[in-house]
Amino acid sequence: MYKKGIYTVLSNEPLTPAVYRMVLEGDTQYIKHSGEFINIELEGKFLRRPISICDYDTTTITIIYKVVGSGTEQMKAMGIGTKLDILTGLGNGFSTDNDAKRPLLVGGGVGVPPMYNLCKRLISEGKKPMVIVGFNTASELFYTEEFKALGVEVYCSTADGSVGTKGFVTDVIREQSLEFDYLYTCGPLPMLKALYDATECPAEFSFEERMGCGFGACMGCSCKTKYGNKRICKDGPVLKREEIIW
Amino acid sequence: MVKYDTSVELCGVKLDNPIIPASGTFGFGREFAEYYDLDCLGAISFKGTTREARFGNPTPRIAECTSGLINSVGLQNPGIDKVIAEELPHLREIFHKPIVANISGFSLEEYEECCAKIDKEDQVEIIEVNVSCPNVHNGGMSFGTQPESAAEVTRRVKAVTTKPVFIKLSPNVTDIVAIARACEEAGADGICLINTLLGMRIDTMRRKPVIANKMGGFSGDAIFPVAVRMVYQVANACQIPVMGCGGVSTASDVIEMMMAGATAVQVGAANLKNPYASKEIIEALPKEMERLGIERLRDIIGIVK
Repeated sequence: MYKKGIYTVLSNEPLTPAVYRMVLEGDTQYIKHSGEFINIELEGKFLRRPISICDYDTTTITIIYKVVGSGTEQMKAMGIGTKLDILTGLGNGFSTDNDAKRPLLVGGGVGVPPMYNLCKRLISEGKKPMVIVGFNTASELFYTEEFKALGVEVYCSTADGSVGTKGFVTDVIREQSLEFDYLYTCGPLPMLKALYDATECPAEFSFEERMGCGFGACMGCSCKTKYGNKRICKDGPVLKREEIIW
Repeated sequence: MVKYDTSVELCGVKLDNPIIPASGTFGFGREFAEYYDLDCLGAISFKGTTREARFGNPTPRIAECTSGLINSVGLQNPGIDKVIAEELPHLREIFHKPIVANISGFSLEEYEECCAKIDKEDQVEIIEVNVSCPNVHNGGMSFGTQPESAAEVTRRVKAVTTKPVFIKLSPNVTDIVAIARACEEAGADGICLINTLLGMRIDTMRRKPVIANKMGGFSGDAIFPVAVRMVYQVANACQIPVMGCGGVSTASDVIEMMMAGATAVQVGAANLKNPYASKEIIEALPKEMERLGIERLRDIIGIVK
């Protein structure tokens, strides 16, 4: 179940030169799982902008977005009090209905945000998650402190080694000899594939695709899986290890 | 108080209002039934269906444009047998008004076979034969760009069904009137137009087409004037009714397209931007009729000469 509503910008601030955090106030009752996304209507844009949910509570939604084009440029300039037409409750998010005790959460770049609410949810279920965040370089880093504040182990990798492990998130797993019984991840496709190959435990991967509607009608974001054709926006963005075809 | 009458009749099929979500933008209704009661719609044209199941084209399939979008879905659908076995029964549960079956094909035999199968389905009241999909090779649009081949599809389909047959035409042609007339002469009960305009976008940073298949069908507000022009041309050249389609997003657009000659009006890309678009247009119709002094919507069909 999903719903269209009007949301008000409560804050909109940079976390890095290119990455912004926006907090929106409005109806959140249709959001059910971590890893879902919202779809934002922007003035002068035909298609909405799908952005994953970083966190939410009974009255607010937090999103983190990277400024990459004219749509996100427009979002970056939005002041407090701006009203936005948004669809919520979109996507098949992460499932926590499993017996994992020590899940590993891996976010790469703007794939980090959905891990935050998931981490909180896993903690509240009595699990002991640990987190790896991967970036290109130190100046792109965000949210490591927020994860640490949740009281979980947080590791970091950067491609240039300017902070944390030099290399990729998979290097952290090797270097730290991390032991985990479940994997949740969101980030660039090569990272997802590397994690798929480097691990064997049950796992859920959040994918990205250029979308039309965002609610399953247009078939713009279809992909093939071992269980048949799926829509990234509606049946995904989260797919389980056993159904993925690379 | 004046009662505003929005009902229209399409080849004997009565519609409460002329609004029909266009094929390919509404699936089989499931996703929209989560948003609103579909029974407010005049009819629904379901997702273009072929004989075999199709995955469609590689992704990315979508490119945004000013006031519209390009899609290159490529007729993804579960195939006619599964549509009849699974989608139609479900659609019947969530929707109790006329259903328009959109049928596509890659050969005359495929059109024939699919239409013969759908002819047996009572809940389908109109067959819309798509000879205008720009996203598949050796089929779809290639039948709709020549009067002779469009007429041949029409004849073959008419021979296997007693339901009203509308031929959905492509705007990517030199002479739309010649093609529409050829369909009419071949026995078509109506014409639906326009399908999408062939378009292309390039990612200037990557120096590559945005869409994996390079080109796709352009739809949305931007194509509305092209659609009005073609509806006008065809409605004036043919005796059979026209379903107008292309860039409709407001009640005012609906009335404009009807004045151009459309008996019913399809809403397409607008549904993808705003899932409530079709419902909101229907709700806005009486007020727009009041503003323009229209009591019965059917009175304005083709009123502009």
